[in-house]
Amino acid sequence: MSFLDYAPAPESRAILSLRDSYGLFIDGEFVDGRGEPFQTISPATEERIAMIANANPADVDAAVAAARRAYDRTWSKMSGRDRGKYLFRIARLVQERARELAVAESLDNGKPIKESRDVDVPLVAAWFFYYAGWADKLDHAGLGANPRSLGVAAQVIPWNFPLLMLAWKIAPALAAGNTVVLKPAETTPLTALIFAEILQQAELPAGVVNIITGAGDTGAALVSHEGVDKVAFTGSTGVGRAIAKQVAGTDKKVTLELGGKAANIVFDDAPIDQAVEGIVNGIFFNQGHVCCAGSRLLVQENIHDEVVERLKLRLSTLRLGDPLDKNTDIGAINSKEQLERIRTLSDIGEAEGAERWTAPCEIPENGFWFAPTIFTGVQTSSRIARDEIFGPVLSVLTFRTPAEAIAKANNTPYGLSAGIWTDKGSRILAVADQLRAGVIWANTFNRFDPASPFGGYKESGYGREGGRHGLGAYLAPAPIGQSSTSHAAISGRASTAAVEADASAPAKRSRTAKPARTLKNATKGSKR
Amino acid sequence: MSRLAVPKTYKLYIGGAFPRSESGRTYEVLAADGSFLANAALASRKDARDAVVAARAAVSGWSGATAYNRGQVLYRIAELLEGRRAQFVAEIEEAEGVTRAVASAQVGEAIDRWVWYAGWADKFAQVAGNANPVAGPYFNISVPEPTGVVAIVVPQDSSLLGFVSAVAPALVAGNAVVAVASERFPLSAISLAEVLATSDVPKGVVNVLTGSPAEIAPWLASHADVNALDLVGAGALDWISLEVDAADTLKRVLRPESGPDAAAPALGRIAAFTETKTVWHTKSLR
Repeated sequence: MSFLDYAPAPESRAILSLRDSYGLFIDGEFVDGRGEPFQTISPATEERIAMIANANPADVDAAVAAARRAYDRTWSKMSGRDRGKYLFRIARLVQERARELAVAESLDNGKPIKESRDVDVPLVAAWFFYYAGWADKLDHAGLGANPRSLGVAAQVIPWNFPLLMLAWKIAPALAAGNTVVLKPAETTPLTALIFAEILQQAELPAGVVNIITGAGDTGAALVSHEGVDKVAFTGSTGVGRAIAKQVAGTDKKVTLELGGKAANIVFDDAPIDQAVEGIVNGIFFNQGHVCCAGSRLLVQENIHDEVVERLKLRLSTLRLGDPLDKNTDIGAINSKEQLERIRTLSDIGEAEGAERWTAPCEIPENGFWFAPTIFTGVQTSSRIARDEIFGPVLSVLTFRTPAEAIAKANNTPYGLSAGIWTDKGSRILAVADQLRAGVIWANTFNRFDPASPFGGYKESGYGREGGRHGLGAYLAPAPIGQSSTSHAAISGRASTAAVEADASAPAKRSRTAKPARTLKNATKGSKR
Repeated sequence: MSRLAVPKTYKLYIGGAFPRSESGRTYEVLAADGSFLANAALASRKDARDAVVAARAAVSGWSGATAYNRGQVLYRIAELLEGRRAQFVAEIEEAEGVTRAVASAQVGEAIDRWVWYAGWADKFAQVAGNANPVAGPYFNISVPEPTGVVAIVVPQDSSLLGFVSAVAPALVAGNAVVAVASERFPLSAISLAEVLATSDVPKGVVNVLTGSPAEIAPWLASHADVNALDLVGAGALDWISLEVDAADTLKRVLRPESGPDAAAPALGRIAAFTETKTVWHTKSLR
């Protein structure tokens, strides 16, 4: 054994008591799906974990109907104080079953147990705690007094942080008084289904949260369902675009958390040791399956060689392998499809002239794996500098001046996140001002917190999750005349006060006919 | 002998200049009684694209100005409008066929609304922003920033108030605007552009197109360099198609409004064209 070799230290799977098959969680019960069931596998071994029900359109109908009933009869009538207490209960149950959830997450997703145990699951609990406290304080959400919930929220989440994305979606939705139909990704449904058991333990009223499993067509049926008032999606920009088209002409409120191609900018006065750790955390955390990953390293030209050399040294110490091993740094790629995409884009990077370096590590025989990879000499026009790879692949580019760094960082249709590494505080603030991205990490990277809004500019989507802003995404201002502090409303119409003050002014304003919302009229009947 | 009047030529307002439509087209603007008022420019696709280019060029300067400065510049527009009250009142009387009192009330409300929004310029970030108490040694703050270029189909049933109600809020946070004026009542919008041209608003920050919204709006909705689309006055158009087109580049979209509360003064109209940026920084004594 060299100093880098460790004896295996696998986390025990004995804590799990999984079923052979899981149904859909609708109206507080697990029920059979009407579609063809599918299996969920461990991407590290390709072994089947369980069979998962597949929701067809009729199941989607049933789930939305259950959510609507729960909204009308229970959840929208419940006091914020009691809604909050349910969320606190859920947060506590997540903490109590934290290790079980972490093991299940690593098993189903392939991420290292040290990440699911120390990052994902603690943040899940934190998210429910944070929003639990909001439930009876909605007047302070920034929409004026008496904001209203939206109704039924359709939520579709990705496979990279299965349970954490569930928490990002469900916690604010419930705090604001909405009910939920959530669809986890088809490759990672396991923790959402264990979470459904937690909801039963918390005695959350039936139908307030419904969890339906299936593939893309199930998600499409859900977000386009006429009985849905709010759509929240995290995933690819392509699907987000399709959803934006689908909801056009409806009254649905939408939050889209889409792709990214974040620049991680390292100036020559940066603390190099910390920066190298930050670069590694930025792109190799969670196998690079992170929408805000720092996938483009912009390093000042005069320190390029030093940074790249230290990076390679550091990457050579990363341990790739069994996600359940406590020493594992790099787990499995989530699916065969994703592995193919990473391979294809990496090959394109090489073909387009970039120099490829792969960390020396043994690749297990079974499962889906991709060793940490760095491309140097990458052109801004290269596919690996433009496309989201969503894998452990770093593209290194250089710059000479801050202006060039900013221009290169912003040269992307995405705008989710960015990183800045420098010891000069004034430069950090000036560069942060110029970057067109929703989250900027300065001398850190990939930090998440329920109090901190997260979301993108440009084609990385719209709306925010986390913080007060994330709560506002699930609320609407009180109807005009019902909010005593209506001019304080940020997300909606302030007041007619200015118009009423001069009644003769808007004499002409209602002359045109009602807007031609023809599509919507057809769908209106089944709502509310 | 009475004096022979000098009629005004109404043109587009793009990048601080008043060009005719590159297409050479005009259309007749009629008074409420059907009589001829003026020929307005019938803007084309090319005009719309020129306007977007001008707006894009103006974004960095306008959004980079201090909020205090933007507030003063916007307030100055209200001052200039006040000085030209009589002109706007007369224009609205003729175009809309309303009494002087009604026209005067519209102009007064438009000016007051402009003042209301101008005052928000250096306060909005305080109300919409946040210091976030994250669980760790980090400074963490969220601030609203302008989205960039906003294309607006302004309310079609009003000469001045609708235009002001839609354009002013988009300017507050530092966006640049391409506004499609009311097809039937375009003259006040161009007169307002003359006010803007002689104010301190940098060229390109506001661009005004007159003509057919049905013809121009699709080019703006699908334009890849437009960040947001305000359809507040597009209710009579096929606005669903516009929203679908806008989704290609994931533009932020505000849907049509109608009735007496359409485009009412609201912080939401400012917020709709901002992006929340959250900055984390490590805290350390080292």
